[in-house]
Amino acid sequence: MKIAANRLRSTCTLQATARLAPKVCAACATDQSRRFSSLKRPPPNYPGHVPLTRVERAGLAIGSGVMSLINPYRHDLIAALGEATATPYFIYRLRDAMLADPTGRRILRQRPRISSKTLSVEKLRQMPPNSVGRAYIDWLDREGVSPDTRSQVRYIDDEECAYVMQRYRECHDFFHAVTGLPIVKEGEVALKAFEFANTLIPMTGLSMLAVGTMKAQERSRFWSIYMPWAVRNGVRSKEVINVFWEEELERDVDDLRRELGIEQPPDLRTIRKREREERKRMKEMQSHQR
Amino acid sequence: MNARSGLRLGARALRASTPRAPVARPFSTTIPQYDQGKHTHFGYETIPEAEKQGRVAGVFTNVAESYDKMNDLMSLGVHRLWKDYFVSTLNPGATTPLGQPQKILDVAGGTGDIAFRMLHNAHVLNGNPNIELTISDINPAMLEVGRQRSLALPAEQQSCISFLEANAETLPSSIQDNSLDLYTVAFGIRNFTNMRAALKEAHRVLKPGGIFACLEFSKVDRFPLFNAVYKQWSFSAIPLIGQLVAGDRDSYQYLVESIERFPTQVEFRDMIVEAGFDVAGEGYENLTGGIAAIHRGIKPLR
Repeated sequence: MKIAANRLRSTCTLQATARLAPKVCAACATDQSRRFSSLKRPPPNYPGHVPLTRVERAGLAIGSGVMSLINPYRHDLIAALGEATATPYFIYRLRDAMLADPTGRRILRQRPRISSKTLSVEKLRQMPPNSVGRAYIDWLDREGVSPDTRSQVRYIDDEECAYVMQRYRECHDFFHAVTGLPIVKEGEVALKAFEFANTLIPMTGLSMLAVGTMKAQERSRFWSIYMPWAVRNGVRSKEVINVFWEEELERDVDDLRRELGIEQPPDLRTIRKREREERKRMKEMQSHQR
Repeated sequence: MNARSGLRLGARALRASTPRAPVARPFSTTIPQYDQGKHTHFGYETIPEAEKQGRVAGVFTNVAESYDKMNDLMSLGVHRLWKDYFVSTLNPGATTPLGQPQKILDVAGGTGDIAFRMLHNAHVLNGNPNIELTISDINPAMLEVGRQRSLALPAEQQSCISFLEANAETLPSSIQDNSLDLYTVAFGIRNFTNMRAALKEAHRVLKPGGIFACLEFSKVDRFPLFNAVYKQWSFSAIPLIGQLVAGDRDSYQYLVESIERFPTQVEFRDMIVEAGFDVAGEGYENLTGGIAAIHRGIKPLR
């Protein structure tokens, strides 16, 4: 038992260091350092692109970080935080991780998009139970959300890296479906911890600051259950950015989880429901006593 | 003459029902029709003239809700001082014609900033409730914000206001020729597709001796260092604040670009003179070094 655990730990650390080891990436070699002023921005590299100066990028990072902590419903600011903090290094590392994998390379070549237009909800509902597609649509229905179009990436200069970020954003709901985490703050923070361990996008790491805004019970649950789960699974599993979700829809979801190396955490909605009922019972008992 | 006013009414009905489509008037050559080939600026973009109205409408519908908060953030509260000063120099209520109410039209004044100040000036500071104030705006969302805010005014002030959805370039015939004592436009005229048409309309509706007053962003060319700081603030900070507070970077990028494209103080003064107004002295007054400027003209008596 101990030997197996040790072996697992050593593979984890090996993969972790492999993930972090900086390789010379293509973007670092190109001339990205041409200074410009906000009065005369260079032409956009893709539709919607806004080249930002370094000061503007810092301002966007700090401003969107603070404001999304205060109001976590501002998805556009969370997205902007992700884009503003993705360079240098982190988004290039993610793009290189995609280039290192054959499926990742195919995704980068074909550039599929996930939206309510490209994924037909009716077809998903008809998929066999326990398939990836069915798990996805069941999760969407359970949470009451749709595969809505996420906001477009605007602040990443390299066009390919902008697609990588867009792909990450659009796959986020699939990560929810595979792990089963709900859209409440607790669930989102747990998923962000997993994503940070897996993709190393800085915004996901910065989202850990939201732990300070959670209730005491939620926080203790996070530290005792979900954070260890996230680190363990995020580090040892394969890069989830390389999953071609559109091709995996018919596949058995447990099979995919096994291949990726992801185990499901304890179901958060059931835990919360149980807790709510217990609290209600305590209150009733107290009012009876009086 | 009848045909022309009939066409105007028809045009107004058309405009009310299809606010974004370019209006086609089959039998008229006198009322301006947008030439599909002509282009104008929308910030730094160049777009067909017919599109500009709809695009500006889109911008202002987006900004209407957070307009006041964004104005405070963008100008660090200074816009209040500008508007207070603008209204105090006009001093409505002090110059009421004998035996009649002072008729004022505030154009592009949807949210009511200038209008409510003018009411306060007349009713409270001058003790003269005898004014008739019309707030007009092409954008119904801005007008709605104004209506909501007007409900907080005292009843006697509310009874002086009326709201009108209209295009300043072709004011409806309900505003008759030579009928107004005061025509104001604050931070609106730079968004007009055709400023000269709006100036001509202003000239039409004002009485001889009536005042045209415009408060608008302008150039800070006289102070180069201050200008550099101002430009950096405009192009870096303002779209960022728009993104953070209002969730809309593009509308605020448009706003700062439209300020950049607006003519200089002297050029705009010349346009006002061309429209038939007389100006006193330089014809304009700079505020905060030229970030804003008040342009005033008077319609000659003859």
